[in-house]
Amino acid sequence: MRDRLLLGLALLLAIALPWLAEAAGSPATVSLATRMAIYAIAAASLNLVLGYGGLVSFGHAAYFGLGGYAVGILYAHWRSEELLLGLIPGSIGLLPTLGAAMLLGGASAAVLGALSLRTRGVQFIMITLAFAQMLFFLFVSLKAYGGDDGLSIRRRGEFPGLDLRAPAQLYWLCLGLLVGWLLLLWRVTRSRFGQVLAGARQSERRMAALGVSVYPYRLVAFVISGMGTALAGGLMANALRFVSPDMMHWAKSGELMIMVILGGLGTLLGPVLGAIALVGLENWLSAWTEHWQFILGPILLAVVLFGRGGLMALLRRVLPA
Amino acid sequence: MALLLEQLLNGVQLGVMLFLLAAGLTLVFGIMGVINLAHGSLYMVGAFASAFVAAQTGSFLLALLAGLAAAALCGMAVEYVVLRRLYARDHLDQVLATFGLILFFNQGMVLLFGRQPLFVDIPPLLQGAVEIIPGVPYPAYRIAIIGVGLLVGLGLWFLLQKTRVGMLVRAGATHRDMVRALGVDVRLLYTLVFGLGALLAGLAGLMAGPIFSVQVGMGEQILIQTFVVIVIGGLGSVRGAVAGALLVGLVDTLLRAFLPATLRSVMQGADADALASGLASMGIYVLMALVLLVRPRGLFPAHA
Repeated sequence: MRDRLLLGLALLLAIALPWLAEAAGSPATVSLATRMAIYAIAAASLNLVLGYGGLVSFGHAAYFGLGGYAVGILYAHWRSEELLLGLIPGSIGLLPTLGAAMLLGGASAAVLGALSLRTRGVQFIMITLAFAQMLFFLFVSLKAYGGDDGLSIRRRGEFPGLDLRAPAQLYWLCLGLLVGWLLLLWRVTRSRFGQVLAGARQSERRMAALGVSVYPYRLVAFVISGMGTALAGGLMANALRFVSPDMMHWAKSGELMIMVILGGLGTLLGPVLGAIALVGLENWLSAWTEHWQFILGPILLAVVLFGRGGLMALLRRVLPA
Repeated sequence: MALLLEQLLNGVQLGVMLFLLAAGLTLVFGIMGVINLAHGSLYMVGAFASAFVAAQTGSFLLALLAGLAAAALCGMAVEYVVLRRLYARDHLDQVLATFGLILFFNQGMVLLFGRQPLFVDIPPLLQGAVEIIPGVPYPAYRIAIIGVGLLVGLGLWFLLQKTRVGMLVRAGATHRDMVRALGVDVRLLYTLVFGLGALLAGLAGLMAGPIFSVQVGMGEQILIQTFVVIVIGGLGSVRGAVAGALLVGLVDTLLRAFLPATLRSVMQGADADALASGLASMGIYVLMALVLLVRPRGLFPAHA
């Protein structure tokens, strides 16, 4: 009961944030919070395979970048009025572009996941990394879409009744999608599907003995995760009005993993806390010194070495269930 | 023909660099079960230390010693302070902790040396070219790298197969608990193996100095290629590291050398070059995916 109250309070605060920021005279806070919400969607998606499924994917930046490029490429074709591959018209509608991002993310996760899930352990970590690097280099070499320099998007997505040029509206959109995505993940992890996924993490052998083949469950989880991460990437492209291969850089995959661990592996709200903490920390440290990574590195080290269970565990210690 | 020979040698030379890194990484993984992303940072430390000493003293020998010592000491310090606590943890924790180390080392180098790349001269003895077959000159420095790689490979083989320490290392890789039970100081052994791996990484780094520029971030690029090498070769297997390194070195170099011309025959110049460089960069990852799909444990699995 108390937990629900606190959660409702936190959500109310999150909704009221643009007004609070205006009252406090720091409008930049809204775009910072937008970034946090977007990364929270990506981290929560990664958490489905990493935390619940126990599959260490070191290549989720690929889906993040694919989502961004789906939005960017559709914009570029909308602008030039040329058909993509001679078939698909460009678009700046919010629904078609974000839909395309999720479709592209899901389809690539299906293909890459089907191949990667044949391996285990370290090989799985490395093959997911390798596929992400492949896509990274592919987009670096695609000169038609900016290559190394990336692609500017001059118009944010359009949706009747929304004006995304207003930072607050973009923030509310991201917040709403985050809440919706978390509700979906909550249902997924509580379902029979989620139980099988968690069972496979604990013991694949036991699941086999129960007569369950875990491969299809893991693959579906991977696809859902890829779709969510691509949605976040599409939102990021809207927020920054820019996509570049940097979104697919392997360090980005590492950052997403850190958000999940920092917040709490295999918890619903952990990745959200982790995204808020990491984006906030980066923002705060980089305002303070140019060499912020010199400090962030050891902090991460300390979190991994001594912070078992992440921020969620810390929160639970302050507020026992 | 001459071009092909030259590119083959370039491929072998890249393979040697990758082998020096992969040997240490695969030993550390095979024996301690640790994935160390910061291995590339040790390569960078070796390169920076030797470039700095070379610029200060002008002595190649001192630069060599400085690079090796800096990388080995740095490696042992990292093992003692951080990695020792990660042996019993799962791979996820190891990846994240060593990712933190990368951030720390990269920014540390920026603080010490700045963002400008350092350039290193080839030692005077190895400047110029040698004719490998009549009419085909090849840089002496690159031949020296290949020679060093061969020596290190032979030395490692001797160390692992013919000495008592090597026996303990091999035993530690396959029967870790038994070695511990027999009263061997495993912690010291681990630190030494880690130091050896770091030394080889530093050697690769200081040799890379005159070929590539010495700059922050140089470690990550080659680190990911090194991971491809050890996954193709089979984790924990030095033999696999040799095979994987040569394979990756050759495939990468030959694709980069011959793909642009091939593509230019079917499409426009600038586009073809961009696409070819992208495809060439993707080549080794495709190779790795193919190998893993056919043999999920690599070409020479260590604990078969």
